Amino acid sequence: MNWKTTATAMGLALLASTGLARADGVLNIYNWGNYTSPDVIKKFEAKYNVKVTITDYDSNDTALAKVRQGGTGFDIAVPSQTYVPIWIKEGLIQETDPGKMENFKNVAPEWANPDFDPGRKYSVPWAWGTIGVVVNTDAYKGPANTWGIVFNTPDELKGKVNVVPEMGDVMFAAIKYVGGQQCTDDKAVLKKVRDLLVAAKPNWIAMEYNTIEKMGAGDFKATSDWNGSALRQRLANPAIHYNYPKEGFGLWSDNVVVLKEAKNVENAKLFQNFIMDPENAAGLSAFHRYANAITGSDKYMPADMKDAPEVIIPAADKPLGELQQMCPPETQELYTKIWTELQK
Amino acid sequence: MAKNFSIKHQPGFTAIAATCFIVLYLPIIVLVIYAFNAASSTSEWGGFSLKWFQSAWQNTQVVDATLRSFQIGSIAAVLSTIFATMAALATTRTAPYPGLTFKYAAINQPLMVPEIVTGVALLIFFSRIKIFTGYSGIGYLVAAHTAFCIPFAYLPIRARLENMDLTLERAAADLYATPWKAFRRITLPLLWPGILAGLMLAFVISLDDVVITEFVKSGGQDTLPTYMLGQIRRGITPEINAISTAFLLLSVAIVTLFFFVSRKRD
Amino acid sequence: MATAEEVAKAVERRDVRDRWLLSAPALLVIFLAATGPLLIVLVYSFLTPGSYGDVKWQFSPEAWIAVFLERDIFDDTLSIAAAHVTIFLRSIKLSVVTTIATLVLGFPTAYFMATRSEKTRDLWLFLITIPFWTNLLIRTFAVLQIIRNEGIINTILLKLGIISAPIQILYTDTAILIGMAYVYLPLMVLPIYASMEKLDFRLVEAGYDLYASRFQVLRRIIFPLVKPGVIAGSILVFIPALGAYVTPSVLGGGKNMMLSNLIELQFGQGRNWPLGSALSIAVMIIVMVALLAYVRNAGKSGVRHG
Repeated sequence: MNWKTTATAMGLALLASTGLARADGVLNIYNWGNYTSPDVIKKFEAKYNVKVTITDYDSNDTALAKVRQGGTGFDIAVPSQTYVPIWIKEGLIQETDPGKMENFKNVAPEWANPDFDPGRKYSVPWAWGTIGVVVNTDAYKGPANTWGIVFNTPDELKGKVNVVPEMGDVMFAAIKYVGGQQCTDDKAVLKKVRDLLVAAKPNWIAMEYNTIEKMGAGDFKATSDWNGSALRQRLANPAIHYNYPKEGFGLWSDNVVVLKEAKNVENAKLFQNFIMDPENAAGLSAFHRYANAITGSDKYMPADMKDAPEVIIPAADKPLGELQQMCPPETQELYTKIWTELQK
Repeated sequence: MAKNFSIKHQPGFTAIAATCFIVLYLPIIVLVIYAFNAASSTSEWGGFSLKWFQSAWQNTQVVDATLRSFQIGSIAAVLSTIFATMAALATTRTAPYPGLTFKYAAINQPLMVPEIVTGVALLIFFSRIKIFTGYSGIGYLVAAHTAFCIPFAYLPIRARLENMDLTLERAAADLYATPWKAFRRITLPLLWPGILAGLMLAFVISLDDVVITEFVKSGGQDTLPTYMLGQIRRGITPEINAISTAFLLLSVAIVTLFFFVSRKRD
Repeated sequence: MATAEEVAKAVERRDVRDRWLLSAPALLVIFLAATGPLLIVLVYSFLTPGSYGDVKWQFSPEAWIAVFLERDIFDDTLSIAAAHVTIFLRSIKLSVVTTIATLVLGFPTAYFMATRSEKTRDLWLFLITIPFWTNLLIRTFAVLQIIRNEGIINTILLKLGIISAPIQILYTDTAILIGMAYVYLPLMVLPIYASMEKLDFRLVEAGYDLYASRFQVLRRIIFPLVKPGVIAGSILVFIPALGAYVTPSVLGGGKNMMLSNLIELQFGQGRNWPLGSALSIAVMIIVMVALLAYVRNAGKSGVRHG
């Protein structure tokens, strides 16, 4: 091949690839890492003849900062319930009116009209879950349905407890444990919280995210954690149990929204509708291991999730769950100070 | 002097060096072994298996991310090494002149700032350009990586230059060699180990960058580190071990080939 | 006709101009993709935090005050920001120890590489960098596999009967130091190697002819000759180590913040961008001043060449 043919071939290839990228059949998803089922994406691509790209983020704050600055090229993002109102207020996402979409009838009633997006004008549920306490029952046999495992660690677990370093989640749990309300700015309560945390920390072995592996290997015997993570731990080791703390536990939900600067709005809407289909929602759940807020999806769910206590909250514990909110900035500032004090 | 007295010998140095090389490769060996582990946890051994290679190969996201890391790393390393070499030539072997300290501080500045700060600053700056020009390609990542790689390439090259005197270059000039010829025939060969060291460092630094890339990347521009960052909360699969092993074997093969080719030429 | 002095001056001017041209590309790239955007951060440090991240365009010195002073949230007293000082000192200490450790290990390694035959030297250079072609996080996880309770070290020691229970290395300061030394070693080795590679062993030989001991030769001849490399290596280890957080949090368990964590917190969950900006500029100024002082001092006491 001489240089002319090489150059022509390369030019054509380049043209073809950019041509592909510019075609209508594209959807750029911006989502949490390791959260998007490749199988469901393949199905969507085949059904609507659309090429999907997935780009990862690792925190709500990063995602918000990037989308706020703009120019990202994303069509879809999946912020948590605490952040959805900010995205709406700052005009970062568009009203696609999922409430009027064909598959909306499948959305479970308790998720059909949430406070963070009244009337579901912007967002579609992707996954929801809880934050509780995971304990390896080989190491500790006592009652574990309490945040006391983390904040007032029993002797058997001292030096073996991990705390997932999510400031908001830890503050929520600690406030519940001392009997306060979430997002409280009551100094008396917060003082108790600060003292509790500072006293509890020496009993922790670590503050990190890598719980599935460390609980499995036995480096940790207990940890605060998300329920889907707890499910994967139990499947690896049946002695590991997930507990719903009696002081109250947090609920969260991640939601699919379409960015205002999206270039592929129609495809994004198709995607929103697509994932409200029970079979597809179950497909997503099978991958990310969380519940999906779509009724009728249970019959497509993988066998190990159908009646998993991590996914289906037992009726007795249900009233203890509370959807976590975004705290006002002044309160957040107090929490940051306590957090810095804790980790200094 | 005793016959077997080696002037290059220093007691214990070889032992320390040997320890260093073993210690450097030990974790890498563990990594390679676990890439062939059938168990899905990285902490237990479940027998030999190639399944992670298979699933990594089918995971287009991770393959793309790895290739993109390599692509950005090579371009940024080469560019930053060229620029750093020029800058090193300009800031060494001279009497102090106005602006010398400024240059030194400016070139090393990217070292001084935590990545998150450069990341946020670039996010704000590049977003404006992205919106204004409509271009959101890989160029931003290359520019950012080149910038923070420059000090890593610059310092070894500069260290090398500081030890080189100007005698040979002056002699060449006296023999009417053009500056370019003198540079190519004399300075460059003498400087080469420094340049190579700088290039290697720049490449490694670019491959490792997470935070700046996270803030600068546009849609579909995950690199291996940002891909992994996204996975941390949900658990990292042994696919990563497999892809790293494949990448490692590939680079060893390339280096070996390179080494033998250059040896033949000598 | 121009006097000799004038000619010399003109030559010097041209030399300085050429030197600016030569450094222009590096300066330009750095200005566009590093220093320039930092001006934004400087401006941000004087603004009011936005409600949910970012900033409000309203002047406020609060962030700079908060860098140094803190108001207790419970009794409202103003005192020195003890948390910031603690975190800063922790990071400095880690950097110093890492620099010393990599120097102790890296100097002999670089010496070993530089004294190989000319043909194999490039190979050794590649050999030392290849482990670093795998991602930082993966490397750190690999180190974790080795030092954890069920890891190789503990397993071997247990099998040999040297210990009866696993030693807890993971999540200790030792673990952080092992990881840091591991991760930053090439940053020390490569610059030293680069300046050692052309070491003139005739000088060493002369030293031995004068009945110097091996240690004297090392200290009086070799070390001064490769000093630029040692300086470069120390800078490349010390400063990035100051901003390290992946290795400390993976191996140390993340219970204690490093400087980068503190700054990241402000840009992330803490949502106080001005404070994050002010903190990072404060750190940058401290490091920059220290660096220039160090380089100037080290240059003065060093052996002059050329």
